[in-house]
Amino acid sequence: MLQTGLTHILSEKDFQETLKNNDNVMVCCGRMGPMCIPVYGVMEELESEYTHVAFRDMEFDGPIGHLIRNLPECRNFRGLPFTVYFRDGKVVSATSSIQNRDQVTQILDAEFATKAVTK
Amino acid sequence: MNSDSYDVIVVGAGPAGLTAGIYLARAKMRTLILNEGTVGGQTVLTHEIANYPGIESISGYQLATVMKNQAKKFGCTIRANISVTRLDLAGDIKSVEVNGRERFTAPAVILATGGRSRTLGVPGEEKFKGKGISYCATCDGDFFQDKDIIVVGGGNSALEEAVSLTKYARSVTVVHQFDHFQAFAHAIEDAKRNPKISFVMESTIAEFSGTDALEMVKIKNLVTGETTDRKIDGVFVFIGYVPNTEKLDGILDLNKAGEIMVSPLLDTSLPGVYAAGDSIAKRYRQITTAVADGTVAALNAMEYLRKNAVPQPTEELVETES
Repeated sequence: MLQTGLTHILSEKDFQETLKNNDNVMVCCGRMGPMCIPVYGVMEELESEYTHVAFRDMEFDGPIGHLIRNLPECRNFRGLPFTVYFRDGKVVSATSSIQNRDQVTQILDAEFATKAVTK
Repeated sequence: MNSDSYDVIVVGAGPAGLTAGIYLARAKMRTLILNEGTVGGQTVLTHEIANYPGIESISGYQLATVMKNQAKKFGCTIRANISVTRLDLAGDIKSVEVNGRERFTAPAVILATGGRSRTLGVPGEEKFKGKGISYCATCDGDFFQDKDIIVVGGGNSALEEAVSLTKYARSVTVVHQFDHFQAFAHAIEDAKRNPKISFVMESTIAEFSGTDALEMVKIKNLVTGETTDRKIDGVFVFIGYVPNTEKLDGILDLNKAGEIMVSPLLDTSLPGVYAAGDSIAKRYRQITTAVADGTVAALNAMEYLRKNAVPQPTEELVETES
């Protein structure tokens, strides 16, 4: 299991329910590696600010990693983590490799229009 | 704008900044640690650390997490993934503006801003990051099983990672800008002995191209100026580090490499401002040396505060959020 402060997606049922029950979902699929940890850190920081987005992580090598790995949007990806943004259950953006806070928020703001009031 | 005052503000939360925070907070100094990225700095980029005295083996992430927890336990306030938008370090009271909407003040500041991997800065690099261009062999090596790849660089990281990537790749070509390597002799020997590795010297990558993923690079010979196109599946870049000091340019003394100039006690050119870790001008950059720097900077900052009891801003200076 990933050692992060995020909610983990552990099963296909978890994954489907997350997409079904949340309009806006960001899933970071990776390992506890150098390129992935900074993205988990950014997501943890943003959770309280973007309350209209469900932030989740998923093990890249786990039994359900294929749900992200095999998405058409990720077919050219060759760098961890694979980060995928879903709106109404559909992929609206996906990135490969390390991303900083600005890169993540740029996508969140563009794809998930309603932004919560900051603290 | 929100405002808050501390005894010391530490900018940076790698081993140097966290160590400074541990020493300061343990001495009951009100300490704020600000970090633009993830806590731990470049330490989290290391899979295994086996030369940190007292710990046989630990991952960079775990070591950084222990340091962070220690700093918090002693009372440090840590703010990560913020953006430092303004630094006023010249007066008796220094101020650091964060995200353009908060301002923190203190009579002493420790700069432990660290460094980051150097990028080539050539066309196509940003576009194909994660789609053929990587900066981490242990993270992404397995995407290049039986592929032809290039490693750029000639230091220890480049040659050691080139050897480790031969576990996956069909061939590894090392492209290096000089006619000799900077790596240790054993690393050079290991790379030269590996039958999967070949070398293109006095050359650099001039451009990356492809459609959805990296397909081609332009290799430029730095002696003749000639460029050649080469079909390639992946490129790993290991060309050293640059200090995170762009925001300090013009504020205090930096050397030509952009590193912070410091005294043996880590004073900078400004009174009450100290620097520690990979962003200072020094020869060796290790976790152990960063930790030592953090200790010295914290002790020196406390000495400064004892000698220069500076009154803290009073409440009337505190602005309220509009």
